[in-house]
Amino acid sequence: MKLYEYEAKEIVSKYGIPVPKGRVASNPDEARSAALEIGLPVVIKSQVLVGGRGLAGGIRFASALEEVVREASELLSSEIKGEKVEKILVEEMIRVEREIYLSLTIDRYSRTPIYLISTLGGVDIEKLVKEHPDKLLKLNVNPFTGYKSFYSRVAARFLELPFESLNTLDLIMGAMYRVMLDYDAELVEFNPLALVKGGGLVALDAKLIIDDNSLWKHPGLVEKYSRELSFYEKKARELGFSYVELTGDVGIIANGAGLTMATMDTISLYGIKPANFLDVGGGASADKVYEAVKLLLEHPRVKALLINIFGGITRCDEIARGVVRALQTIGFSKPIVVRMLGTNEEEGRRILNEKGVQVFSELEDAIRSLKEMLEG
Amino acid sequence: MLEYGTRIVAGVTPGKGGQTVHGVPVYDTVKEAVDKHGVVDASIIFVPSRFATEAVYEALENGIKVIVVITEGIPLHDELKFVNLAKTLGVSVIGPNTPGVISPNECKLGIMPSHVFNKGFIGIVSRSGTLTYEVARELGKSGFGESTVVGIGGDPITGLNFIEVYDMFLEDPETKLVILIGEIGGDAEERFANYYCSLSKRKPVVAYIAGKTAPPGKRMGHAGAIISMGIGDYYSKRKALEEAGIIVVDKPSEIPGAVKLALKHV
Repeated sequence: MKLYEYEAKEIVSKYGIPVPKGRVASNPDEARSAALEIGLPVVIKSQVLVGGRGLAGGIRFASALEEVVREASELLSSEIKGEKVEKILVEEMIRVEREIYLSLTIDRYSRTPIYLISTLGGVDIEKLVKEHPDKLLKLNVNPFTGYKSFYSRVAARFLELPFESLNTLDLIMGAMYRVMLDYDAELVEFNPLALVKGGGLVALDAKLIIDDNSLWKHPGLVEKYSRELSFYEKKARELGFSYVELTGDVGIIANGAGLTMATMDTISLYGIKPANFLDVGGGASADKVYEAVKLLLEHPRVKALLINIFGGITRCDEIARGVVRALQTIGFSKPIVVRMLGTNEEEGRRILNEKGVQVFSELEDAIRSLKEMLEG
Repeated sequence: MLEYGTRIVAGVTPGKGGQTVHGVPVYDTVKEAVDKHGVVDASIIFVPSRFATEAVYEALENGIKVIVVITEGIPLHDELKFVNLAKTLGVSVIGPNTPGVISPNECKLGIMPSHVFNKGFIGIVSRSGTLTYEVARELGKSGFGESTVVGIGGDPITGLNFIEVYDMFLEDPETKLVILIGEIGGDAEERFANYYCSLSKRKPVVAYIAGKTAPPGKRMGHAGAIISMGIGDYYSKRKALEEAGIIVVDKPSEIPGAVKLALKHV
């Protein structure tokens, strides 16, 4: 789960990490008061979870109060890459000598937290990883012994930071580690971390991503989870299945994330575009399947459905009952093709055939039949 | 698992000690089970995600050397810690978020449907659950069978990884070829490709990677299936594997053909 910049800054500043003076505003008046309090000139930043807001015009500057009000109104009634801007962060402008990239994330291979450090602050990490690996320093942390101050000295040498910055970098890196542990974070990122005159370091931007599997440990954050989800993704989450919105027109339902992805990939080879990823998970009940099928049948972009079930702990008859119930409730408006194998497959097949739904044993036979239906 | 012939000697569920399920005695603690039945070779954990971590530590602290963690949804930082501890103790953790391990006709420690797997000489190591069954079925249709199938799990952190399982297959006289089933997210496939290149003695590998059509930045069901921070996309994995001389198929039905091809070059 992603946190907004202002939320991330609120959290890290409590741990002593320097951030620019700033206030959140939800309307132009609040923006104006914020600017008065902070002092002009100010930076006005859209608070969105989508990446690349800078290039999309989501960051503005203002050196007069009327400008603040104008920029704030514009941003607050706009969308950045499809995401509505509900809040903005008004911050003091910092005089930057140099921009640094500093983050703490998880290295899967070594199964440890890892600091990523680069002199190329302000550049996207994706670009850093792909195009400038030589400018990226990686420091693994032993999860049993934790952060040690000498890591910051290694980092400072790599960054060629002035002597006056050493203590602050140590403080920042140590604090990032505590934030990661306290908040079960997958990522704590400052891009850029600015070096200012006198050796100070300030986090100009802050990103915090919380491990989804740990949200139950953080009651204050759980309610915020669905805000980054689309309407259907939110509904799906409430109903208990994994769902990702795509751009095509054939709805996909399968059991198991790998199988669902493989189904999407395979139908694409046939020139069919998946509308979504929907994994009903293991052992899904008829009710759950009913909700999943209903969701897709009611989705405006979905023209047809492909259901791929390989039942281990999942029972084919349960799946079939769910599908049939959805068809009886919504109607047979959109073609459904089913591929079904595994536990209770004969019963499942029988239930579906009775209602006129075609059931296949081979995925590609099902896809070919679907293709014919779509082209016919 | 009992039907399959797996020798399950005890069950542990706090609060249900004293009961018997399918003829297997249940205890409140792992310690009691181990005290009663002696050193057990392995443990399989089905405990819900909020308590699974405790169950893993309980198994670790009672000297169990192979721990299969079926549970999905275990907090990331918990996984980091117990997997690291297991490594230092020389314990093999399989998973988390795995369907388990099966050696056809011998033993099953997992939830996979038995009928899909037949005895043979192909080792499978996979990040997926049901996709693994799909692959096994395709193999079966062409008369191929499996020596052992290991689900390393769909989480970003895994106990055993591709390299470690492949090494085990290298040592296994029953295994002639290995199938690697990967997904988007992380760089496990790339690291495997790198390792494969460095070996002087190796067994052929055929790979299938799921997630070609997955959009970046979105978690595709599995906690580990997400392309982020410039790492984990399909093309990077495919390229690395192919450059290492590993056949990468476009869909599961192509696997048997690729296996035949790979065996020719042995």
